Amino acid sequence: MKIKTATGVDLNFRVAGPGARSYAYCIDLHIRVLFALTLFFGLSFLWSGAVRVPDSTSEGSELFWYLVFALPLAVYFLYHPVFELLAKGRTPGKRIAGVRIVTQDAQVSGALPILIRNVLRIVDSLPFVYLVGLLTTYFTRDSVRLGDVAAGTLLVYDGDEYGKRKSGELISPEALDRYGVELTEIAQDLLDRWNQLEVSQRQEMGAKLLARLTPDTPAPDESEAVRGRIRDVLAGAHANRD
Amino acid sequence: MASSLPQAASYRWEQRVFRWRELIASIEALEDRKPVTPDELRQAMQLYPELARDLASARQAAPSSRLTVELEGYYQRLHRALFRTPRIRLNDTLSFLRNELPALARGLRLQILSLGLAFVFFALAGWWLVSAFPELASLFASDEMIETVEGGKLWTSGLLNVMPSSVLSVEIFTNNVMVALFAMCLGVLYGLGTLYILALNGLMLGGIFAFTAQHGLADDLFEFVIAHGVVELSIIVIASAIGFSIGESLARPGELRRSESFRRAVQRGMKLMLPCLVFLIGAGFIEGYISPDPAFGLWTRVLVGIGYFLIFLVFLNGWYWSVLTNAYVPKPLGSPAPRPRG
Repeated sequence: MKIKTATGVDLNFRVAGPGARSYAYCIDLHIRVLFALTLFFGLSFLWSGAVRVPDSTSEGSELFWYLVFALPLAVYFLYHPVFELLAKGRTPGKRIAGVRIVTQDAQVSGALPILIRNVLRIVDSLPFVYLVGLLTTYFTRDSVRLGDVAAGTLLVYDGDEYGKRKSGELISPEALDRYGVELTEIAQDLLDRWNQLEVSQRQEMGAKLLARLTPDTPAPDESEAVRGRIRDVLAGAHANRD
Repeated sequence: MASSLPQAASYRWEQRVFRWRELIASIEALEDRKPVTPDELRQAMQLYPELARDLASARQAAPSSRLTVELEGYYQRLHRALFRTPRIRLNDTLSFLRNELPALARGLRLQILSLGLAFVFFALAGWWLVSAFPELASLFASDEMIETVEGGKLWTSGLLNVMPSSVLSVEIFTNNVMVALFAMCLGVLYGLGTLYILALNGLMLGGIFAFTAQHGLADDLFEFVIAHGVVELSIIVIASAIGFSIGESLARPGELRRSESFRRAVQRGMKLMLPCLVFLIGAGFIEGYISPDPAFGLWTRVLVGIGYFLIFLVFLNGWYWSVLTNAYVPKPLGSPAPRPRG
């Protein structure tokens, strides 16, 4: 999807579909259930030396119950809104799935939309296993569930077409500065495809590339050494320049 | 696979590199949310259209090159950083409590009143049903509850011997919050889901009162309910009113698109619901600590119940501001700014 900006150059996003949503949700579900259970059993053990439920007359049971009962419950119910707020639209599950919640104008979502999309899980999860939510993601234009419609939010892919690498790791301005756009792109492309190439091809292409990158130094004879050299050259561009 | 970016004769990419270096530093400073200097902000604002131009050129020259993807990422980050939603500050919260919350409550006055009356109607219907057909009590109460009442005791007596107040409170307010949120959210079924929740709660209340009255325990039940029940039931009615307004936004969206009308109704509703939930949690603590404790007499409970309800009303209507600031003038939402005279 495209979002218009003041400069006239659109922002491009890929909207996450039901698959990415389900993947992120499954990871989050496991994390919060495990965390809540660990908290419950851990605190229970720390308090009494055993995993047991005290009766109401036992000493200190009020505090015990708040810690052991209310805290895991709070972790379970507040996991999504708290993470989405603090981590700018991403829970650990969404981070692993490479998706993020944004507003319809591509902004980090505020507190109210986050709360709304989480409260509306009540309807999206009906009648079981998020059936309403899943169906709405199939039938809506931007693959949104009811909570997203109400909150005005979208789930978009946060990464880029190069997978999980973040922006800033794809290409180094220093390498661009020293070797030019074309040569840097070729070098990084070759490193990406390295394992798909025959050993002889690696050696041949790597040596040719190194001849252009560092014409004064001969290329090594071994293909892995060639790869290491290309990496060093790209990474050390800034240092060499200094 | 990435395609390599050809050197455009008119565009020297390498000459732009030093600006991209500045750009990365700018984005990182803005994303940190630490205070930025006017110069840093000015620089970021200057870089934004420059980056847009670089990105447009890169997209045209080689849409899938690394550089294009990299610039796309920078452009997204800079856009987010520059146009982010402002933080909610204390002043915004105070302004919300003083102006917006009372206006939202006033906006739903008619629905709250109508659904309050509907709740009373359902409670009376529940009372009549169980009075006329006593066997229907099993629809509203569990076998255990029925057995206890038939034995001449309320199921609430000795509740604190079974579980501590803390557990009771947490259980109760979690349940009440869920009921209120259900009543609100099920408005999405054009208000029918909300009506179901409201009717069920009304019928249960009336039915259980009728059943306990048949065994001479209605006074005891009233004594149990009064401290927490007034605010609790009021909030269920308010949640239902919000649910109905959501249903109405879908049934009659007016000039807006249905999704937009729905979005606005939910946002308005949630703003009203949030403070109510805080009071609902308070009611849960009263129900856990005061209601089941025989140490509190009837008049203490009445005082707590009515007092808590008054605090709720005062808060919802923003009346306390006149006391705090001595200059409270309620402003309806969307009202035009006053024109200067003369």
